[in-house]
Amino acid sequence: MRRVSWFNLTSLTFGFAFLYLPMVVLVVYSFNSNKLVTVWAGFSTKWYGELFRNEAFLDAAWVTLRVALLSSTMATVLGTMAAYVLVRGGKFFGRTLFSGTLYAPLVMPDVILGLSLLLLFISIGLDRGMVTIVLAHTTFAMSYVAVVVSSRLVSFDRALEEAALDLGCTPLDAFRSVTLPIIAPAVISGWLLGFTLSLDDLVIASFTSGPSSTTLPIKIFSAVRLGVSPEINALSSILIGIVTVGVLTFSISSKRAIMKRMREENRAET
Amino acid sequence: MRRAVLILLPYTWLAALFLVPFLIVIKISLSDTALAIPPYTPTLDLTQGWEGIRTWWAGLDFENFVFLTEDDLYWKAYLSSLKIAVISTLITLSIGYPIAYGMARAPEEWRPTLMMLVILPFWTSFLIRVYAWKAILSKEGFLNQILLATGLIDDPLIILNTNTAVYIGIVYTYLPFMILPLYAALEKLDGALLEAAEDLGCSRLSAFWLVTVPLSKQGIIAGCFLVFIPVVGEFVIPALLGGSETLMIGKVLWEEFFSNRDWPVASAVAVILLAILIIPIVLFLKNEEKQREAEG
Repeated sequence: MRRVSWFNLTSLTFGFAFLYLPMVVLVVYSFNSNKLVTVWAGFSTKWYGELFRNEAFLDAAWVTLRVALLSSTMATVLGTMAAYVLVRGGKFFGRTLFSGTLYAPLVMPDVILGLSLLLLFISIGLDRGMVTIVLAHTTFAMSYVAVVVSSRLVSFDRALEEAALDLGCTPLDAFRSVTLPIIAPAVISGWLLGFTLSLDDLVIASFTSGPSSTTLPIKIFSAVRLGVSPEINALSSILIGIVTVGVLTFSISSKRAIMKRMREENRAET
Repeated sequence: MRRAVLILLPYTWLAALFLVPFLIVIKISLSDTALAIPPYTPTLDLTQGWEGIRTWWAGLDFENFVFLTEDDLYWKAYLSSLKIAVISTLITLSIGYPIAYGMARAPEEWRPTLMMLVILPFWTSFLIRVYAWKAILSKEGFLNQILLATGLIDDPLIILNTNTAVYIGIVYTYLPFMILPLYAALEKLDGALLEAAEDLGCSRLSAFWLVTVPLSKQGIIAGCFLVFIPVVGEFVIPALLGGSETLMIGKVLWEEFFSNRDWPVASAVAVILLAILIIPIVLFLKNEEKQREAEG
């Protein structure tokens, strides 16, 4: 095993400290009993209590959750189809335009996406509300799903699909029983990515939401625009906690799945 | 038949919700502001047939674009966004490269954990990570408290609501976008190449410049575009951390739309922003395509 050089160790330590310290500070100060966020006055969980009594935040959280569930699911279906078509579909008319429009939302500034979608909804007379946010989020989340799924599709052995077809599977059967189980981890991470992106989005949701459908990021943004607030610290800590638990569970379970598959493959070979 | 459905469904979706909206933005950027619902004129009235289309077409002009060139707020905002994006991309690259390099050189059993440590902030709310800096950088904030307590400074530093805070916020939130493609490129790098370079008389530093950097070129390109392009149109960071000196076009567009309710001007701002970004976006897409082909 190679020794870790001092330079590498230092850059890793400083790099990760930079990435994590702000979040640690945020979580620690969410337990501060003082109304002045930055002045420590003792441990307290009262801001969490306040948060759960705040109807407006709870309503917004419920809207956000439903939007995220719907849009990430739709984005996963569409994004997986798009990735499959691009990687396996061969040549077809407009392929370059298709891949361009599929990957462009990855880097397109949110303000442009939000504005253009809003103007579309206005000109076809669709009332702004949950439906419009779901449509908007599906559109940009499907790009992320397509990236994740296509990288998995590229890397796996095509012969497996061909074998299934040779053995009499219909293309749909082959997809269901061979391709889908193999790309499943990528499809799930695509869904999770779409889900968190939707939970997190402020700009596109601000453009496409109506007065009856405020999402959590819109609420957070209007609360923190003027300054820091202890309730938002508590809310942020909860969200950081959920993401941490989610990412840990997912990476541990996918690691287990890989180990299990490797063991089975070893057994099959001996 | 099935293949056609498979192609058409995502294609139609993207055409309807990504391409068509841009055409509408262009159309509205050529309209005039009006006190009406929707707040612009002319609107296309198809019930009048050809006559409706003709009057609609006649009402379109480049007035908003002329207005944008006359008021120096706009071009200053474009220039300052580009400047902020270039500088912060370079800072992110110079911080991200050593981290990605350290990750790729770390013992193999560390790598999944290190990878997860980069991905975790990437999954954590963007808004919250920007907000976290508000409490750190404010006048009574965490940073000033530490610096004052250790006696390094006598008066609190004013960082929040300046461009410095915007740079810190951008570098912080976009760092994972830089590290991930760099790491992907550096991890594939064959250590034997470096040894060969050193055996042939290269110093370690020149081996790094002559072998490592060129071989990680695609990662550098991908990372820089992933940071640069969205930062040019960034809204949240300048809105939360910036001050009155911070001029960024994403914020101008937002205010034009939400505060001034001037949809045609907001659309014109978006059209020019897109025109500026179209070259980097196309280059980014080409780079991605090249990478996919290299893998496939």
